[in-house]
Amino acid sequence: MKKITIAALLIGAVALSACSNNRFNGAGDDAASAAGMAGSASDPNSPAYFNQTIGDRVLFAVDQSTLSTEAEAVLTQQATWLGNNPAYSAIIEGHADEQGTREYNVALGARRASAVQGFLIERGVAPNRLKTVSYGKERPLAICSEESCYAQNRRAVTVLAAGAGT
Amino acid sequence: MKLKKLLALGLALLAPSLAPLTATAQDGGPLRIEITEGVIEPLPFAVPTFQAETGSAAPYADEITRVIAADLSGTGLFREIPSSAFVSNVTNFAAPVQFADWKAINSQALITGAVAENGGQITVKFRVYDVFSGTELGQGLQYTGTVDGIRRIAHQVADTVYSRITGESGYFDSRVIYVSESGPKNARRKRLAIMDYDGANVKYLTDSESLVLAPRFSKDGSRVLYTSYETGQPQIYVLDVASANRQSLGTGGGNMAFSPRFSPDGTSIIFSLEQGGNSDIYRMGVNGGAPQQLTNSPAIETAPSFSPDGSRIVFESDRSGTQQLYVMSASGGEAQRISFGPGRYGTPVWSPRGDLVAFTKQNAGRFHIGVMRTDGSEERLLTASFLDEGPTWSPNGRVIMFTRESQGEAGAPALYSVDISGRNLRRVPTPDGGSDPSWGPLQN
Repeated sequence: MKKITIAALLIGAVALSACSNNRFNGAGDDAASAAGMAGSASDPNSPAYFNQTIGDRVLFAVDQSTLSTEAEAVLTQQATWLGNNPAYSAIIEGHADEQGTREYNVALGARRASAVQGFLIERGVAPNRLKTVSYGKERPLAICSEESCYAQNRRAVTVLAAGAGT
Repeated sequence: MKLKKLLALGLALLAPSLAPLTATAQDGGPLRIEITEGVIEPLPFAVPTFQAETGSAAPYADEITRVIAADLSGTGLFREIPSSAFVSNVTNFAAPVQFADWKAINSQALITGAVAENGGQITVKFRVYDVFSGTELGQGLQYTGTVDGIRRIAHQVADTVYSRITGESGYFDSRVIYVSESGPKNARRKRLAIMDYDGANVKYLTDSESLVLAPRFSKDGSRVLYTSYETGQPQIYVLDVASANRQSLGTGGGNMAFSPRFSPDGTSIIFSLEQGGNSDIYRMGVNGGAPQQLTNSPAIETAPSFSPDGSRIVFESDRSGTQQLYVMSASGGEAQRISFGPGRYGTPVWSPRGDLVAFTKQNAGRFHIGVMRTDGSEERLLTASFLDEGPTWSPNGRVIMFTRESQGEAGAPALYSVDISGRNLRRVPTPDGGSDPSWGPLQN
């Protein structure tokens, strides 16, 4: 399980850096193929479909952890996908934008991750397949100091991991 | 006017109606009353380069003198008179001081000294004079150390000078632990670092493999609590400063644990533990044991800090709907809200004197470092910027160090310090970016 967790975190790094060009891409790509994450986005049972077609993340309003209607629609599809693909588990990463103190943002990210976890469990995903972690404001996706970036950073990302959970 | 009285006046001006600052300030009531605003004139001092008593000591004497001058000037309370203005110089540490020559350049304080080096051992002797009364402040004193430690010896001398003139203990012979940051904003690498209070002698205590947050010194400066993601989850670790050995405190179980601080006696820690998305404050022994829950609400409770006597805890909570500051007993229970101004308040830290709480405030799109009394009265904002956060107190409760992060895609964090009056804002130099400082105790 330990190994899987590490792989999952590395995959998380890839997912987060998808639209940026950073040094972690190399290591993460290796980990992704090692964990059997290859697949076409047109295959509805592929992780690529989950990440790109359904969408692996939902966004939040400032200082909020309430799921929007759009977020619930995405998460409903995520739950269905997870139901159809019991060989995968997921780590839900909660994030905050930089407008807030460090500790508070860790706690806020935990709320967001937990909101997603709770919704997925409600939609039938077994609790032991879903873990949460908060990165607070430590891992921004978009780096400008404007609302256009902040909106992308206030997110919870469902990061797939190979393995049926604990 | 006596030197000490003059500076006491200055200090009183720096913090009108806040803490009682020195015995003189308390006793000298008339000096403090009525004046609530005014231009602070730093006290002029002269520190002629210390005499080299052995042939090899000259470079050390030079460096020690420069460090002492920088320490004193860096407080904003003193102003160094350059040697180019000197009428005469001190050529013999033992000879009587020619006060008239120092009066002539309006040097209120004079510091003289001598340095000897023998087999790598440094000895520094020094005296402090009140020029205008023509008297010595305290007795001549001597410090010894090794060549490697000459900055520390100089800081000890400066602490003594500061203490003799202000009546307060100093803060120069102290260290700061902080998070050294490098790399782009979306792939920051962070590691723990320790340095002298002035940014010298940086050493790294962890590598950058795992994200680390918010190190916090124990009161005696021997240990550091911090949060690391090395298991993938934020968990609390304790690090021995001398050996750099670290161990997990096993606080979180499978849950996230963060924002730890030691109790003043160093036997227990308080921290935030997350369960089901909700963060509450817990306390546990540093040697383990079952965590005791101190808050119990569906709100975010975090950033706890003990009062210096260990009886109370100040923390932040959004139970009212926004982040605010609360004080509760160290055993938990009912909490009193102490912040009521506009905006949000976080990261409270009890001052070592016990009289004030420093905090981060967010209001109208700006961040501030501020202080208030422990009942929430007399709030004063000391700074304003795009992002200031995470205050830590100097050992004497006079200066606050904090993180200031610049705006935009190239934004980077740096360490700054500011007097509790809001004056003397300074950047503390670090080799890379710096954040989350924790100021340790005086070492001597």
